[in-house]
Amino acid sequence: MSDELEILKEVTDQDYKYGFVTDIESDVAPKGLTEDTVRLISKKKNEPKWLLDWRLKAFRHWETLNQAPQWAHVKYPEINFQDIIYYAAPKKKPELESLDEVDPELLKMYDKLGISLEEQKKLSGVAVDVVLDSVSVKTTFTKKLKELGIIFCSFSEAVQEYPELVKQYLGTVVPYTDNFYATLNSAVFSDGSFCYIPKGVRCPMELSTYFRINEANTGQFERTLLIADEDAYVSYLEGCTAPIRDENQLHAAVVELVAHKGAVIKYSTVQNWYPGNKDGVGGIYNFVTKRGICKGDHSKISWTQVETGSAITWKYPSVILKGDYSVGEFYSVAVTNNHQQADTGTKMLHIGKNTMSTIISKGISGGFSNNSYRGLVRIGKNAHNARNFSQCDSLLLGDRCGAHTFPYIETSNKTAVVEHEATTSKVGEDQIFYCNQRGLDTEQAIGMIVNGYCKEVMKQLPMEFAVEAQKLLSISLEGSVG
Amino acid sequence: MLSVKDLKASVEETAILKGINLEVKAGEVHAIMGPNGSGKSTLASVLAGREEYDVTGGSATFDGEDLLEMSPEDRARKGMFMAFQYPVEIPGVNTTNFLRTSLNEVRKFNGLEPLNGADFLKLMKEKMNVIEIDKSLTTRSVNEGFSGGEKKKSEIFQMAILEPKLAILDETDSGLDIDALRIVAEGVNRLKSSDNATVIITHYQRLLDYIVPDFVHIIYDGRIVKSGGKDLALTLEEKGYDWIKEEFGEMTEA
Repeated sequence: MSDELEILKEVTDQDYKYGFVTDIESDVAPKGLTEDTVRLISKKKNEPKWLLDWRLKAFRHWETLNQAPQWAHVKYPEINFQDIIYYAAPKKKPELESLDEVDPELLKMYDKLGISLEEQKKLSGVAVDVVLDSVSVKTTFTKKLKELGIIFCSFSEAVQEYPELVKQYLGTVVPYTDNFYATLNSAVFSDGSFCYIPKGVRCPMELSTYFRINEANTGQFERTLLIADEDAYVSYLEGCTAPIRDENQLHAAVVELVAHKGAVIKYSTVQNWYPGNKDGVGGIYNFVTKRGICKGDHSKISWTQVETGSAITWKYPSVILKGDYSVGEFYSVAVTNNHQQADTGTKMLHIGKNTMSTIISKGISGGFSNNSYRGLVRIGKNAHNARNFSQCDSLLLGDRCGAHTFPYIETSNKTAVVEHEATTSKVGEDQIFYCNQRGLDTEQAIGMIVNGYCKEVMKQLPMEFAVEAQKLLSISLEGSVG
Repeated sequence: MLSVKDLKASVEETAILKGINLEVKAGEVHAIMGPNGSGKSTLASVLAGREEYDVTGGSATFDGEDLLEMSPEDRARKGMFMAFQYPVEIPGVNTTNFLRTSLNEVRKFNGLEPLNGADFLKLMKEKMNVIEIDKSLTTRSVNEGFSGGEKKKSEIFQMAILEPKLAILDETDSGLDIDALRIVAEGVNRLKSSDNATVIITHYQRLLDYIVPDFVHIIYDGRIVKSGGKDLALTLEEKGYDWIKEEFGEMTEA
């Protein structure tokens, strides 16, 4: 019982774990980004000097970069980076008395997703009397992982508890000089997840940020580092299908994955951030750098993403295939509706011999949206017998949206085999009418047709995630035709 | 059950149906025959609620309700089924799931509990005894890669699951070999009852060797120009459509 109480306390008093002594509500840095901001963030987090130095290097590099990259097929007003608050202590969410106070639009969405009442309350910040369900999940979960030597905690916690591991791997896959947003993230990252799977350990459950309920508020500049040691296996779920309303418009996250010899990392994302309203007002700008390295021979990294949210998505989960016989996979469904814009894809960088990569990308555009696939397959000169297969399909709903494909292939080795297939299709009125004639309304019909179209990708998702993701797809496309 | 009065419809300003009258009662089988381009399939599409057709006049009621006011899905939910001449492929959508979703929508509309997976599979098994259909078809994507015959069999199988009040078979016999034709026809016969009705749209008489109609209507240039018993189909087979064209051609030109 006392254990339970302790966990309950830990969960309910979660703000305290950040360790601020000052008044939480007013703990906000002034607008703009200077060296002082970086120092403040590092100090607030009680970070060791090496990490501060790393942040500062990133900041100084960022100062030399004149502007954000312009090459993506997206349009948005220029961001004033000095008009952003880079540090705000996690604010206590305003606690609501009941679900009656929650935005009815949000509740409608929860219902459609089939989220239980208790969970609806949790997600929308309503005070929940009994969190025992999730607490018990959390307890068994933490205990089991500990037994296996698996580390799964917040990034800040890892910096304090496992500084050597963090120091060893941080920035090794996405260096702070990588790109404008990665550099920015390196200087000011707020928090995120850290995960380490020891040698030979097969993580017995899907690791999900969703279970780490105390991490719901990681903010704009999230940083994730995931290491699978030799012959380890892990399946990691990021995000959740429930809609998240966030006041921060700019998000620039970095995710780094390291797979040692024989290790397998499966990383699944469902992204459902606020896409803005029907007229394209508001919504999140999501500029993410995600990259994994297959460091050892016979290692494998597999990215699966279902992207339905954000006003702008700029995201290219990539794999560096360094080890011989390593395997990289990218399965993606990107949905844009109304005025959303997505420019997403992957990079498969073949370095080792007999490396193999697969790219399956399904873009779906409705409304006035624009959806681009951008991908690079590069075969290095020593990557003998490297193989790639890419399939990029676009599906159009209505005639006011756009689908674009920008595939790049660079090969420096004659033994490589690279295949690329692409299709563009429209949801036919014939298909919709056929479904209508069987009693399905048009929205159901589109949901069904689109889910069928994405099946190859959806089946890569863990089961319970897949079911919710299917519903999410249908919901995201509501009102996309006609 | 179905009452069509002076129904007129056009596509992109071109009049196709020029005043159709048709009464279908429970327990009856009607055959609608006619040469190509006479408006047979248009009639089926208008009754099922296809958007491309503009109804420009007349009325149609289904079980006493104004059919033309209903959305296509509501027509289906109220018990109207159309077997498509060209069933549409829906890649990635499993036939069994599609059918279960479909049946449960119909049930929901009629105030019935949805069937769970186990009950639905039981129902499917039952219906497979009524319609000879290869079980593997139900595990594949809807109509994807089906042969012509498989598509038509699948349509009749769907009809067996949904148990409609009114089934409209739009040239279901086209493209069928004699074995498939027999299976489809036997299926339709087994599903026949005193509570439901069938409208068979066809160009040829041969399907009517297997499904004996109570009434035969000949449609020509957007009108039903002749109605009679099953013998009319035989006369048509013997004399061909030229006979109709000669007799009624002038009238409709005028």
